[in-house]
Amino acid sequence: MHGVVNWAVHFFMLDEGPLIWLSDFLIICASLGILAVLTKFRLWKWLWDEWLTTVDHKKIGIMYMIAAILMLFRGGTDGLLMRAQLAWPNMHFLNADHYDQIFTTHGTIMILFMAMPAIIGFFNVAVPLQIGCRDVAFPYLNAISFWLFFFAALLFNLSFVVGGSPDGGWTSYPPYVENQFDPGPGENYYLVALSITGIGTIATGINFLVTILRMRAPGMTFMRLPMFTWSVFVTSVIILFAFPVLAVALALLLIDRDFGSHFFTVDGGGAPMQYVNLFWFWGHPEVYIVILPAFGIFSEVISTFSHKRIFGYSAMVVSMVAIAILSFITWVHHFFTMGAGPGVNSFFGVSTMAIAIPTGVKVFNWLFTMHKGRIEFKTAMLWAIGFIPNFLIGGLTGVMLAVPPADYQYHNSYFLIAHFHYVLIGGTVFGVFAGLYYWWPKMFGVLLNEKLGRWHFWTFMIGFNVCFFPQFFLGFMGMTRRMYTYPAGYGWGVVNLISTIGAFLMGVGFIILVYNILWSARYGERDVTGDPWDGRTLEWATTSPAPHYNFAIIPTVKGRDAWWLMKQNGESINGPKGVPFRPIHMPNNSGRPFIMSLFFFILGAGFVFQWWILAIIGFVGVLVCMAQRSFEYDDSHYIPVEEIEKTEAAAGRL
Amino acid sequence: MKPKGRRVGGLIALIGFTVLALTGCDSPKYWPVLSPQGPVARSEYYLIIYSFILMLLVVLAVFILFFWVIIKYRARPDNADYVPPEIEGNAKLETLWTVIPILVVIALAIPTVAVTYKLVYPPKVEAATAKVVGKSITIDVISEQWKWVFKYPAQNIETVNYVNIPAGVPVDFELTSSGPMNTFWVPALGGMEFTMPHMNLKLWLEADHPGSYLGRSAQYSGRGFANMTFTVNALSPTDFENWVKSVQQTAPKLTQQAAAQINKPGLIGKLTFSSTTPE
Amino acid sequence: MSNAHTAVHGEHHPVDPNVPLEYQGEENSLRVIGFWLFLAQDMILFSSLFATYIVMHGRVAGGPTSQELFDVTGFTIETIALLFSSFTCGLATYEMRRGHRDAMIGWILVTMALGLVFLGFEVTEFIHNVGEGATLQRSGFLSAFYILVGTHGSHVTVGLLWVTLLIFQLLRRGITPVTARKVFLWSIYWHFLDAVWIFIFTVVYLTGKVI
Repeated sequence: MHGVVNWAVHFFMLDEGPLIWLSDFLIICASLGILAVLTKFRLWKWLWDEWLTTVDHKKIGIMYMIAAILMLFRGGTDGLLMRAQLAWPNMHFLNADHYDQIFTTHGTIMILFMAMPAIIGFFNVAVPLQIGCRDVAFPYLNAISFWLFFFAALLFNLSFVVGGSPDGGWTSYPPYVENQFDPGPGENYYLVALSITGIGTIATGINFLVTILRMRAPGMTFMRLPMFTWSVFVTSVIILFAFPVLAVALALLLIDRDFGSHFFTVDGGGAPMQYVNLFWFWGHPEVYIVILPAFGIFSEVISTFSHKRIFGYSAMVVSMVAIAILSFITWVHHFFTMGAGPGVNSFFGVSTMAIAIPTGVKVFNWLFTMHKGRIEFKTAMLWAIGFIPNFLIGGLTGVMLAVPPADYQYHNSYFLIAHFHYVLIGGTVFGVFAGLYYWWPKMFGVLLNEKLGRWHFWTFMIGFNVCFFPQFFLGFMGMTRRMYTYPAGYGWGVVNLISTIGAFLMGVGFIILVYNILWSARYGERDVTGDPWDGRTLEWATTSPAPHYNFAIIPTVKGRDAWWLMKQNGESINGPKGVPFRPIHMPNNSGRPFIMSLFFFILGAGFVFQWWILAIIGFVGVLVCMAQRSFEYDDSHYIPVEEIEKTEAAAGRL
Repeated sequence: MKPKGRRVGGLIALIGFTVLALTGCDSPKYWPVLSPQGPVARSEYYLIIYSFILMLLVVLAVFILFFWVIIKYRARPDNADYVPPEIEGNAKLETLWTVIPILVVIALAIPTVAVTYKLVYPPKVEAATAKVVGKSITIDVISEQWKWVFKYPAQNIETVNYVNIPAGVPVDFELTSSGPMNTFWVPALGGMEFTMPHMNLKLWLEADHPGSYLGRSAQYSGRGFANMTFTVNALSPTDFENWVKSVQQTAPKLTQQAAAQINKPGLIGKLTFSSTTPE
Repeated sequence: MSNAHTAVHGEHHPVDPNVPLEYQGEENSLRVIGFWLFLAQDMILFSSLFATYIVMHGRVAGGPTSQELFDVTGFTIETIALLFSSFTCGLATYEMRRGHRDAMIGWILVTMALGLVFLGFEVTEFIHNVGEGATLQRSGFLSAFYILVGTHGSHVTVGLLWVTLLIFQLLRRGITPVTARKVFLWSIYWHFLDAVWIFIFTVVYLTGKVI
C-alpha cells in the first residue's frame, strides 16, 4: 500500500513542489468548470452534434484556431516563466530540471501545437471559400487530422503533471535523449505526441493538395488563384515531402527508447548525427511551412487594405516556389559546427543566402502593392505593416547566420534566439494575428474591436522588440541558449532584465487580444454584409459566417481577384437571376474521427509508459475504426432546394 | 509611426555599442565575440562586421522605401475619392530587385567561402603546402557530464575545467565526447565546434597574447549544462614550458578513482594530473 | 461518399463507358489522386529508412555482418513470391475491368496466398536471426535492418487485412464504381510495395551479400 502511494505521488509529480500543485489545481478547476457549464446548460448534445462530429471545414478551422490560441497561452506562459528565471543573475525561481522541461515544451508547443494549428486553421477557414467549393476534398480525413492534432496536444500537455515533461529541447538531439542519460516517460511524450500530430499534418497536406488541384471553381485557373491559396498549395507540397522524414526520425528514436535498438545511441554502433540530419531535413522546410502561409495572409491583407491588386503576381508565385525548392537544400546550416568540411559548409551557406533573393522579391512586391494605393490602417493591416520591418531584421540576421565562419560564433547563442524569434514572431505570429483580425468576421460573423486591436498591436509589437532586440547583444556577449541561470559579472543581467520586461509586455498584448475576443463576442459590430473590408477574393462573396454549403451555386470565375471583378461588373455571386437551385450533396457528420483519435491517444499513452496492454487496446481500436469506415457506404446527404432557398433569401441573395 | 524610429535608433545603438565594445576597457570580457583575441576569432569578426554592413545597407534602403510608401499613400479624409490604379507589375523594377539581391549574395558569398576554407587550416600556415609555420600544439578535449577534460598527449598531462595554452602558437583542439553532445566555445579566440561521441572534430584556435578567456559549452547536455564552463589561460611560451614542467613534476597521477569521479555525472572543480591514462 | 465536390457540378455523373469504373465520377478521381499523393509520402518515408540503413550498414558493433546473416535461398523465394503476387494482382484488375467478379476474387486470393508465403519466409528469417543472437538490440546495423525490412513487412500485412475487407464488400455488392475504386487503390498499393521490395532486394540483400 505504501509502495503504491509512493509510486502515485511520484507519478503525478506531487513531490515536485508548488508549481505542479498549482497546475493540478488549475487543471482540475478548469475541467470541472467546463463539465459544469456543459451539463448546466445542457450543451453535451450540441457539443457532440455541432463540433465533435463535424466534418465542415469552417468549423474545423474554428476549432484549430481556438486550440492554437490556447496553446499560445501555454507556450507563452512557458516563455514568461523562462524570462522570469533569466531576469537577473543567480535566480532560483526555477531549478535546472524545471527550466529544461519548460524550454523544451515552449519550443515544441509553439512550433507544432501553436504555429501549425493556427496555420492549418486558416487553410480550413479560407481555402475552400477562396477557390469557390463546398468543402475540402476529403472532409472525413480533415476531421481525423484535427482530432489527431487535438489528442496529440492533449497528451503532450499532460506530461507537465503526469510523469514529467521532456527535457531534451525541441530539437531533442540524441544521444542525450536516449534512456542512458534521460530516462523516464518525458522524452517519450515528445516523440509520441509529435508522431501522432505528424500523421494528421501529412493528411492535411494531401487533403489541401487535392482540394486545390481538383476542386477549383470553373474558370479559376492556377494563375487566378488568390495568393493565400497559392501559399497553401506550395506549403502542402512541402508538408508532403518533409513530414514523413520527421515521422521516421521520431519513430527510430522511440524504438531506441522503448525497445533498446541502437540507431542514435552512444554504444552499439549508433549514429546520433543521422538523427540530426533527418530532423533538420524536416526542420528547415518546417519553418517555411509556417512562414509561407503567413506570406499568403500578408499578400491578401496588404492588397485588400491598399485597395489595389497584388503587384507582380507571377513573381510572387515564382518566388514562393523557389523558396519551397531551396528549403530542401539548406538543412545543414543548422549544424555548420558539426565538422561537415568546408565544401559542404560553403554550399549550404550560399544556398541559404540564396533564399534571401526570392524573399527580397516578395518584400519589394508588397511595398509596391502599397505604392499608389490607399492604405487603410485597420488592425489586420497594422500587423502586415509591422511584419515588413520586423521580418526584415529577422531575415537579414538569417543571412548573417548563413555565413559559416560567422555562424561558428553565433551558433546556439542568443543571437540565434533573437534571429529566429524575429522570423517566427515577426513572420508567423504577426501573420496569424493579421489573419485573425482579417478573417474573424468570416469565421464568426462579428468584427473584432479596432481600438482594442490597435492596443493589442502596439503593446505586442513594442514588447516583442524590447524582448528580442537586446538578445542580439547577449549573443555577442557570449550567452548561450538553454542556460537555466548565469553568474553575475558578465554584464548580462541588465540586458536580460530589459528582455524580460519586453516579454511581459507581449503577455499584456496577448491578454488584450483575449479581452478583445470576449468583448467583441458580446458587443462587437455584426458583419451583416459578408464583405466588411471591401474584399477581393471569393470568401467575401458569401455571408459571414458562410452557410453550411458555402455557395448555393458554384461561381464562375472570370479573372484574378474574382469577387472584386464581380463587384465591378455588378454581378451576383449566384450568377444570373433565375437559375434554379439544385439539391446540394454534402458529407454526413461522423463521430468516428474523434473516437479513432481517442484510440490513438490510448495507443500513444501505451508507448509513453511502455504499458503494452494499453498500446494494444489503442491499436486494435484504431484498426476497428478503419475497418468500420471501409464498410461505410451511406455517408452523405442532399440539402433540399427549399432549405437553400430559405438560407439564400435570408442572406438577401435571391 | 513612432516605433520605426525606435528601431532605427536600435540599429544606431548597435553600432554605438560595437564601437564602445572595441574601444572600451575590458571589452574582451564583456563582448568576447566583438573583441577577437586571436587570428581565428579575428577573421570571423571581420566577416561578421562585413555582413552586418551589407545587411545594414539593405535595411536602410528598404526602411526608406517602406516609410515613404506608408506615409505618402496612407488613407486620409482628403483622399477618400482616390481610386488606386490596378497595376499588374513592372518587369523592369522586378528585374532590378531580383538582380540587386543576387549581387548582394555574391558579394557576401565570395569572402564567406574563402574564410570557410581558410579556417580548416591552422592560423599560421604556408599557403603552398598548408603546413604550419613553426610550432603547434595538440590538445585532446573530451566533454563529460558536465565538465571539460583536456589531455596533452605530447606532454602527458591532463587538466579538468581549465586549459593552458602557449600564446602565439596555433593550438589543434581534437574534440570528442564521452556521452551527450556539447560544443566547445571560446568566443574571444574563435567560433565553436561540436563534441560528439566516437567522433573526432578538429578546431584550430590561437591567442595573440597572454591572457585569460572564458570558454563554455553551447550545446545543451542536461542538468549541469549551465555550469559547463572552463578557463583558457594563454601563457607566454616560456611560462607555458615552465607550467608543463611543474605539472609533470608536482601534480598527482591520474588514478582510476579520479577518472571514475570525472566520468560520473556531476560538477567538479579545476584539477591537474601528470598523466592522461588512469592507473 | 463523404464529399461535397460532386455537388460542384450538381449531381453524380452518369456512367461513361469509355472510362474505367474506378475513375467514374469526381469522387473516385479525387480519391485516386489523393492515394497517389499518399504513396508519394510513403516513398519519402521509405527513402528516409533506406538512407538510415545505408548509414548504419557498417555499424555492426562486433555483431554479425550482412554477409554472415543473409540467406540467399530465403530472400530469393521471398522475392519471387512477391513479384509474382504483383502479376496476379494485375490479373485481378484485368478481370475487374472485364466485369468478372469471381475470377477477380480468385486472383486476389492467389495474390494473398503469395503475400502470405512472402510474410512467412520473412518471419522465419527474423526468428532464425534472433535465435542466433542477431536481435534488434545487437547493433545499429541490425536495428536499421529490422526496421527497414519490418516496415515493408508491416505494409504487406496491412495490405492483406485491407483486401480481406474488400473481398467481403465485393461479395455483397459486386463490381460497382465504389468497390472497383477500392480494389484499384489496393492494387496500386500492392504494386508500390513490390517496387519498394525491389529496392530492399538490391540495396539490402544483394549489396549486403557482397559488401
